[in-house]
Amino acid sequence: MNIVVCVKQIPDPAEPGALDPNTKTLKRDGKLILDESDSYGVEMALQLADAAGGGEVTLVSMAPNSETSGLRTALAMGAAKSVLVSDPALSGTDALGTAKILAAAIKRVEGADLILTATESSDGYTGTVPEQIAELLGLPSITFAKSIAIDGGTVKVQRQTEAGYDECEAPLPAVVSVTAGVVEPRYPSFKGIMAAKSKPVDEVDCAALGIDPGSVGWAGGGQEIVTVEAAPAREAGEVVEDDGTGFEKIVAFLDNLKVI
Amino acid sequence: MQFTEEHDLFRRTVRDFVEREINPYADEWERQGIFPAHELFPKLGALGVLGLEYDPAYGGQGADHLYTVIYGEEMGRCTTGGVAMAVSVQTDMATPALARFGSHELKERYLAPAIRGDMVAAIAVTEPDAGSDVAGLRTRAVRDGDEWVINGTKLYITNGTQADWLCLLARTSDEGGYRGMSQIVVPTDTPGFAVSRKLDKLGQRSSDTAELSFVDMRVPVANTIGEIGQGFQQQMAQFQNERLIASYMATGQMVVAIERTIDYLKQRQAFGRPLLDNQYLAFSMAEVLAEVELLRHYNYACADAIVSGADPITVTKMASIAKLKAGRLNRVVADTCIQFHGGIGYMEETWTARFFRDSRLLSIGGGTDEVMLRILTGLEGWGKL
Ligand SMILES: Cc1cc2nc3c(=O)[nH]c(=O)nc-3n(C[C@H](O)[C@H](O)[C@H](O)COP(=O)(O)OP(=O)(O)OC[C@H]3O[C@@H](n4cnc5c(N)ncnc54)[C@H](O)[C@@H]3O)c2cc1C
Repeated sequence: MNIVVCVKQIPDPAEPGALDPNTKTLKRDGKLILDESDSYGVEMALQLADAAGGGEVTLVSMAPNSETSGLRTALAMGAAKSVLVSDPALSGTDALGTAKILAAAIKRVEGADLILTATESSDGYTGTVPEQIAELLGLPSITFAKSIAIDGGTVKVQRQTEAGYDECEAPLPAVVSVTAGVVEPRYPSFKGIMAAKSKPVDEVDCAALGIDPGSVGWAGGGQEIVTVEAAPAREAGEVVEDDGTGFEKIVAFLDNLKVI
Repeated sequence: MQFTEEHDLFRRTVRDFVEREINPYADEWERQGIFPAHELFPKLGALGVLGLEYDPAYGGQGADHLYTVIYGEEMGRCTTGGVAMAVSVQTDMATPALARFGSHELKERYLAPAIRGDMVAAIAVTEPDAGSDVAGLRTRAVRDGDEWVINGTKLYITNGTQADWLCLLARTSDEGGYRGMSQIVVPTDTPGFAVSRKLDKLGQRSSDTAELSFVDMRVPVANTIGEIGQGFQQQMAQFQNERLIASYMATGQMVVAIERTIDYLKQRQAFGRPLLDNQYLAFSMAEVLAEVELLRHYNYACADAIVSGADPITVTKMASIAKLKAGRLNRVVADTCIQFHGGIGYMEETWTARFFRDSRLLSIGGGTDEVMLRILTGLEGWGKL
């Protein structure tokens, strides 16, 4: 069972983020970490490989500046190796461009039975890349997995919905996006961290993937962020003084909002 | 001193662990006056945290001392000091002598499971009549063939109600003073062992502290750690690990306390502006931050000394200075944080109240401030003490 997990390295959400005034996108020049929403896919992949009694988990990531610290975290969790697409031309790549790059990188991994992704990244939130990858690779796509099982050549997925879950199946290979929070990602242990040091990171650029740099990055973007507006400040709330009938006012207020 | 990418990743592991596996349960464990060591320790063991510098032959990681610094700083972020203390008893107070001086069999039996987290360890030195003056201890082990017969009492023993084994310091001859003591591994399922009291404390309430009694307890002489009669000297060496980890943890604790207090001062308004806009408050916080930074870098100097294999006298001196200053500074920082929170800082619902109580221990446990001063004056050769 060979599984590819697409992972993104993002600025640490614990640090205050900032927008680049020129490009109106998130500044990414500081230290990057593994996107937490990808840690669920990594954990799921490790569990599936374990359950299958073998196979490798390979990471695929794209970063403009050869950043690997987020990859090291996932390697320390237990992934075997990774492909990192790094090229200055990638700066500013939009969702479709990202999917093209990742799809090309996934093709470099031999014998991938399953491709896992998060449902969306925590710093970009387009939530479209997994389906685009599937389309570009000509593979079936199942989204919002809460659990995944492999049965022969078939992937069986419980797909989270608002009401409960759907049971979906697809022939392998397939692309499945994993909902955040559905498994408990393991902590990288000391041993895992040391082992990750010597795990291979296959760094490639656009040329190596046969992708025209002009078709990705700012140049290839099908869209542009024209302006960014601050969210309107929250309006002052309404204070209800409780003179013994406060609950009536609250009920009336909620009734008015049609929430009860 | 240089932290590598691996050190940073390890820091993140410990930080995440504290945030997810310890802090959510802090209030519950404080209320209960105990935390489930037998549940928590195996999880820490699986991450390698309980045997960082120990020999891989016993499940240790063979890591450099900087990993211990990081582990200490990050454990300091526990919102209940008792758990951090209890874990550090396992890693740096009850096991270093066994790892350093113990026989292969003893290490296989007691060190390896402690590193895995399957066994909980405690350090039993203090007695009702011997705390600072370790040489005054009375617990006695009398040899009977291949066994020690042990009688005595130990007091204020961290992990005392949960421990599977003790690193016990006992008198094994009549020489008196610093001579004639030995360190013995005592399994707590030995007949004659009893937890006579679980003690109620000002702070560190998530950690269980006990009075233990030993009546004709029989333990194999083979359980002696290192050389018979060298217990005091071995324990003095073990104390250096204890004092260093205490200083590393205190630094982590104080960094968080300062961050949290600054957050509050930014948000709390008085006289029409945030409290932090008062120069007096901001300067006072900057002052304690400066002190904590000095301590942090002194800790790093201690770590450098350990890594470069400094002689025991140097290590003793540095560990004593770090512990002394950490204890004193912890009290200042806790007091400052509570003061600048005002009334809410005094409320049990605010973290400052627990921190204030927890932080008071450091100047007492592991050798008091006065004992640190005594060691330093002794090393300097000043006066007759
Ligand atoms: C929460 C907690 C957990 C603990 N955990 C453990 C544990 O796990 N294992 C263990 O063995 N012990 C443990 N201890 C015990 C601790 O190490 C001792 O309390 C400490 O060493 C002080 O000893 P004492 O209490 O006997 O005080 P004393 O020695 O009686 O000291 C009383 C006061 O006199 C001062 N003093 C003593 N001698 C001198 C001197 N020559 N010059 C100047 N001043 C002096 C001391 O500094 C102190 O201020 C713990 C204590 C506490 C409170």
